[in-house]
Amino acid sequence: MAVAEQTLASAPVRRKQASQSYLSLVWWKFRKNRTAVFGGVLLLVLHIAMVGVPEFVSPYLLERTSDYVEAKPQRIRFFDQEGNFHLRPFVYGLEKKIDLAKRTRVYVDDPIRIYPLGFFVAGEPYQLFGLIPLKTHLYGTLSDDPAASVFIMGTDALGRDWFTRILYGGRLSLMIGLIGQLMTIAFGTILGAMSGYYGGWVDQLIQRATELLGAIPDIPLFMALAAAIPSFWSPISVYFMLTLILSFVRWGGLARQVRGLILSLREREYALAAKSAGGSDSRIMFRHLLPGTMSHVIVIATLAIPGMILSETALSWLGLGLRPPLTSWGVLLQDAATVRAIHTTPWELWTVPFILLTILAYNMLGDGLRDALDPYSGR
Amino acid sequence: MSEPLIEIKDLRVEFNVREGIVKAVDGFNLTINRGETVGVIGESGCGKSVTARAILNMVPKPGKVTSGEILYYRRSKENPSDGQSRTTDVLDLTKLDPDGETIRQVRGGEIGMIFQEPMSSLTPVYSVGTLINEAVSLHRLSPVKRVGAQITETIQTHRRVTKAEGRQIAIEMLRKVGIPKPNERVDSYPHQLSGGQRQRVMIAIALSCEPVMLIADEPTTALDVSIEAQILDIMRELQESSDMAILFITHNLGVVANMAHEIVVMYMGKAVERAKVQDLFYQPQHPYTRSLLQSIPKLGQKKSGERLASIAGSVPDPFHLPPGCVFHPRCPAFMPGRCDTITPQWTQVGDDHWASCLLYEEAGK
Repeated sequence: MAVAEQTLASAPVRRKQASQSYLSLVWWKFRKNRTAVFGGVLLLVLHIAMVGVPEFVSPYLLERTSDYVEAKPQRIRFFDQEGNFHLRPFVYGLEKKIDLAKRTRVYVDDPIRIYPLGFFVAGEPYQLFGLIPLKTHLYGTLSDDPAASVFIMGTDALGRDWFTRILYGGRLSLMIGLIGQLMTIAFGTILGAMSGYYGGWVDQLIQRATELLGAIPDIPLFMALAAAIPSFWSPISVYFMLTLILSFVRWGGLARQVRGLILSLREREYALAAKSAGGSDSRIMFRHLLPGTMSHVIVIATLAIPGMILSETALSWLGLGLRPPLTSWGVLLQDAATVRAIHTTPWELWTVPFILLTILAYNMLGDGLRDALDPYSGR
Repeated sequence: MSEPLIEIKDLRVEFNVREGIVKAVDGFNLTINRGETVGVIGESGCGKSVTARAILNMVPKPGKVTSGEILYYRRSKENPSDGQSRTTDVLDLTKLDPDGETIRQVRGGEIGMIFQEPMSSLTPVYSVGTLINEAVSLHRLSPVKRVGAQITETIQTHRRVTKAEGRQIAIEMLRKVGIPKPNERVDSYPHQLSGGQRQRVMIAIALSCEPVMLIADEPTTALDVSIEAQILDIMRELQESSDMAILFITHNLGVVANMAHEIVVMYMGKAVERAKVQDLFYQPQHPYTRSLLQSIPKLGQKKSGERLASIAGSVPDPFHLPPGCVFHPRCPAFMPGRCDTITPQWTQVGDDHWASCLLYEEAGK
């Protein structure tokens, strides 16, 4: 033994592990799953674009209105009417006309006004992350014409760029998914761990509470809770209250799963060993037992985020959740929810593919994680 | 010289289950002196482990200590160098709040414990260093020298060990228990270690807080024989260097003969014989001990065709214990009319040699 130590002292410090770590195994397996990687990348892009820097990605700021009310989307073109190819894409200017037969306002392309498009153009100033003052936008028109516009997904009733609204709406909707799910995890794991670890009346209380919450149908419960939010509250307090409500309703399932896992983990010898080493109950629960449930919790949580986003969307669509002036996907859908809107401004349905894409991406990622986090399983 | 550390007096632990009450420990007495090793042997289910758990006030759920006391002569750990003699106060461990601060200080900090199953006794998500560090940060205090503002006097205070110090202690402990390359192994996770190494780590964790007593609950049962010998050697070495008492629980007579100064034989929750190692192995008095010793296979002494001696019958149903001496249905020296009616008392049968058997009660009278 002494010899071994001497050679060690002279050898350079090697920190390389002899075997692969759990995380490297997980990553290796996750990477092989194309769908999951695709979902993960998609989510990353969506979250960076919407939660992180929507000011940069959108050509306009959320507040910017224009004279183009309920304008149709401007097509991005490479060929003009004469069939000439332009290397730089452009949009035609919009001309407002009144269709007397239909008695509606219509927009037609004005082939005279060509607004070339470019990446990283200067536009309205904003502050990135609320800190860094910037003027650059991801894309925009290069034209000096003050009437120049680029509405790739049309505009709403106030002349706001619909794509910009989708981006900003995504910020709230995606954040509700993330924050709400984090709170659900906090409620679910803490209560589930206590329920499983202590057993007895604590267990009874928590389990009956989850059953009670589960027994009440979702929508009426949401309605009741949402109705309890005072109407004079600022939209942002309403937002946080809504997040709280959503996670409050949803922790039950997670708590039950965590309880089941803790019930089996607490019988392991290491729980006893931790206790015999003088660990307190909370230390044993949260430091020694909960980490063992984490791979499970992460998967459940990932797969539950879409539900969270959809709940927000549904509630806001019903008018119970977020309200304008806040912009979320639910609020946007509410705008598009009338027959008239579908008839006259169908581009407002552009919100739907974004929601679908997000939900699908989360499911792909969640499925991939479920397979990957159990790297010893056969598949 | 021999100063008591733990005194178990008439301990009774009962498990109240649906079928009735199981008396897992039924009037058990034991004194463990400082720096001594006491072995407890007995069949599976005779109450060895429950006794050990009771010392740490960790009797598993339906079980309850119904009577008796476990006195712990607690020396204050602090200020060993200030010249004053250390105070010793007596603590009844069974009366403490099982989740309280005091018992948690005792657990791990003053009485360490290692378990039978090294494979699953380490939390799989933490590296070995983290686990030792955790135990150390819970219990071990390091002295800080501070100069008082008004009087130029060095005051010794204690603070928690920092992470870096904890890591050093962890490496040091791993070296002590004979893990090769402790500098690297400190970052290993339990699944990267073999069973023997894990048990060494368990010992390192238990000893890192410098306990005054170590409870080893069948520490080598799950290991193979060569590793077993190494682990036992390590435990003996560490005991000699640190003056620590060991309560060694096992069903392996060979192991306990190697380790212990004194041995207690348990049967159905009762101590049936207690003696020094030599006496117990060379002059066993209780019929149960004799049968146990006879059931050890001996190399070379066996005639061909002879069967290995075993104790007749089987362990009685814990819900319907036989009256009188609980061993009488299996006892080769059964005395009808006496053994099945009179409960034997604790009798001295030799120099520091006690047994609880009616054979000797008569002789003593």
